[in-house]
Amino acid sequence: MTGWISEFMNHPATYLKIGWLQISVSNLLVILLMLATFALAVFLPFPKGHDDTQEPRT
Amino acid sequence: MSEMWTAKLRTKWQKELPIEKLLPDDQPAYVASWIYVFGVLTLSALAMIIASGIVLAFEGPAWYHTSDAGKFTNSMHFWSVQLFFVFMVIHLWGKFWMAAWRGNRFRTWATGAVAFISSIATAFTGYLVQTNFDSQWISFEAKDGFNSMGVGAFFNVTNLGQMLLLHVAFLPLILGVLTVVHVLMVRKRGVVPPIDAEPALSNRGPQ
Repeated sequence: MTGWISEFMNHPATYLKIGWLQISVSNLLVILLMLATFALAVFLPFPKGHDDTQEPRT
Repeated sequence: MSEMWTAKLRTKWQKELPIEKLLPDDQPAYVASWIYVFGVLTLSALAMIIASGIVLAFEGPAWYHTSDAGKFTNSMHFWSVQLFFVFMVIHLWGKFWMAAWRGNRFRTWATGAVAFISSIATAFTGYLVQTNFDSQWISFEAKDGFNSMGVGAFFNVTNLGQMLLLHVAFLPLILGVLTVVHVLMVRKRGVVPPIDAEPALSNRGPQ
């Protein structure tokens, strides 16, 4: 690997420890990103395309 | 009606899952939500995993550890797995909070849950067959855990041949069958409605 990726990845992971809980920063970031994605999926409006479920206009 | 098992099976199939349900061209209005997208995203990631995995199986570790195309395919396989789990867990959260087992959908929920567990086993054996120092370290850490559970004699994580065959043959077969059954159950029962949207519909049972 070259460049910033090697700078970023080629060292031991940083861990957070709060009492009995120990988690790597990278794992915590992935979990937070998943929670954010879940929240966005629930609250963001879905783009409206053609609607096959509508009743035909009279 | 014919008494042959093929005729009975055909009649049952047509009654339970007619082609209109199997390949629908419209969905209820409540499906127009991003949270309903994550099931098919999981399937898409699984398709990428299987496609890249087949290429890796044909070409072998001497190719995927050294050549540029091999490293790319290897990475494609790995990152598809990461996305597969991210999408599947968000799909699981969504279905859990909308109690997706309502409306006689317990089997849909159960096949999804078991598919989730079997995909963890498939991914774990994948980590063990990377044929690098990472897989060596993981297997030697894991063996004590498996031995402490008393299953080390049947499931030897340091046995590369056993782990490779489980990863490329047995576990994908289990996961594949469960996925197909899960999707067929979704098509048979229909997509679960939101809890507060249509309470009468959600308790109506099989349609």
